[in-house]
Amino acid sequence: MNFNQLTKNLKKDFSPLKKVKIALLGDSATQMLAKAVVGYGYEIGIHFDLFEADYDQIDRQIFDANSELHAFKPEFVIIFQSANKLLKKFYSLDNPDRVHFSDTLLGEISGRFKTLQESLAAKVIIFNFIEINDSVFGNFANKINESFLFQIRKSNFELMNLSQTHKDLFVCDISALHNSWGSSYCTDMKTYISADMVFSIDFLPVVAKNICDIIQSILGTFKKCLILDLDNTLWGGIIGDDGLENIQIGDLGIGKAFTELQLWIKQLQKRGIILAVCSKNTESIAKEPFEKHPEMKLRLDDIAVFVANWENKVDNIRHIQSVLNIGFDSMVFLDDNPFERNMVKTNIPEIAVPELPEDPVEYLPFLRAANLFETASFTENDEKRTRQYQQESLRATVQKSFSNEDEFLASLNMGSVIQPFNKFNIPRVAQLTQRSNQFNLRTIRYTENEIRAIADSAEYCPLTFTLEDRFGDYGLISVVILKKKNDGLFIDTWIMSCRVLKRGMERFVLNEIVATANRSGYASIQGEYIPTAKNAMVKDHYKTLGFKNIGDQNGLWILSTETFGAFKTFITPKLDKGEA
Amino acid sequence: MDKSEILKQVNRVFIDVLDNEDIVLRSETTASDVEDWDSLTHIQLVVAIEKYFKIKFVSSEIQAWKNVGDMCDAIEKRI
Repeated sequence: MNFNQLTKNLKKDFSPLKKVKIALLGDSATQMLAKAVVGYGYEIGIHFDLFEADYDQIDRQIFDANSELHAFKPEFVIIFQSANKLLKKFYSLDNPDRVHFSDTLLGEISGRFKTLQESLAAKVIIFNFIEINDSVFGNFANKINESFLFQIRKSNFELMNLSQTHKDLFVCDISALHNSWGSSYCTDMKTYISADMVFSIDFLPVVAKNICDIIQSILGTFKKCLILDLDNTLWGGIIGDDGLENIQIGDLGIGKAFTELQLWIKQLQKRGIILAVCSKNTESIAKEPFEKHPEMKLRLDDIAVFVANWENKVDNIRHIQSVLNIGFDSMVFLDDNPFERNMVKTNIPEIAVPELPEDPVEYLPFLRAANLFETASFTENDEKRTRQYQQESLRATVQKSFSNEDEFLASLNMGSVIQPFNKFNIPRVAQLTQRSNQFNLRTIRYTENEIRAIADSAEYCPLTFTLEDRFGDYGLISVVILKKKNDGLFIDTWIMSCRVLKRGMERFVLNEIVATANRSGYASIQGEYIPTAKNAMVKDHYKTLGFKNIGDQNGLWILSTETFGAFKTFITPKLDKGEA
Repeated sequence: MDKSEILKQVNRVFIDVLDNEDIVLRSETTASDVEDWDSLTHIQLVVAIEKYFKIKFVSSEIQAWKNVGDMCDAIEKRI
């Protein structure tokens, strides 16, 4: 996508797209960047309602409570201070003040963030800084703290530190982008001098995509699964023809390219990306390298679903999707063969299919540059995910041997720990509210700070549920937030991970909700279903559980605790391991 | 390439960048004669022309242009 194509998007019809309010504040000319972001939004199905501050108005817009920014109430605020402007400011300082340049800058950034947090509760995306070496000291700039290079690098480092302590502060890493695309690509001195535009027209779409990657991941759209072809994708050559000894991996031929790719994929897996294999091969032959080849970095343990057969890949990917129970739009399919890619893309348009370069040595740099796996959170739970999906395929096998469902459920020895929000589970709770799309009754997204506020508030009864069975531990899989109202207990949030569907978990949760209502003296419980594009699976959730629809208010349901008889479940309440 | 051919090709670049099939440029045409030709799209146009003709202007040239004819003269000098 070049800039001209993005500006042409501006004339298209945005009305059916999801609307997101963003504000762009810059210290240089940002009109073109604003156009690029809105134009890129069309590509990803978002209608950015964008407020662009006037030139160099960052502080006025933020600190003046009556400013247009405050009136606009954006969900996201993007702050772009350019290194070029900072350099000018730096030059105006006396030498003794220069050593404090970074500290002062970070103080300003932190002040802006706090004000935005308090008054707008917006997510804040802050550009870090292109590391300009002004060549006043040459390489020696590294050795003295009063050089611009030293101070700007320190600022980038300290900005990372600041973002660690503020969950709603996100860094747009323009410095890394600039490094990988190169200065001559990123800047055009003519437009900088004449129009005060810091980025070249060619670089604008790259920056726009990067901003949109961050926003999308915060909004809950991101990749969860990587589906891999094998021959000439994970190793060089064809295992069925060349045999175990002759595939290129490790030291053989261009094996190094595949080894490095596998090492990278393994890191993704450790971060929580689910790996699946989809290959046209005989299964036993396809598995051989994973089991026996000493240079393979990926092992069968790393793969959650392994599909190797001679069926078409579209059907196989549909099968993988049904086992994992995640959306196609959260999947990436990697295949060296343009025919297979095209077939998958045509039949399953939601799936991301990178157009891999022809030469395998280019795979890894290409995939890194594509930034397919942007994320807005990371918890320890992510690391266990592959194991959980492997357990799931085991359960599926066992289930087949039982004639009725109750018998199967009883055989699972399920247990659940019920807890309020606490400092250990708050990150996971916030992540669930942000990520769950399908089993989510109202799809209200909460940040960690908001969850913490709910935990401390007397107006709410928050509940979390874990689930484990004889095959393994699912971890925290359901969150309920009950709001105390005058006329009853209102279910503000009810989320469950789709991995635990058909276990009777929702009945177990409802039993606990009713118990909570009884303890607090509430005679009725109200639930609401707010439809989204993705949560149709819970459309009849309240009806199924015995709630009554209220009047003509669509989507509102009520349950009387007095007439409620607790559901039978096969889940035993358990104490937390820490308490036991 | 003669001047009228340059003008024709510049016209094509304008149509593409400004996304307007109706644009007809003449030597005397100025920014005020063309819808959407403002200071921002001007930057886009200059970059697009540089790419199209595989040339690079210097800033002083660009500043001296009064109309499309001046632009075409500068192109002619550099191709």
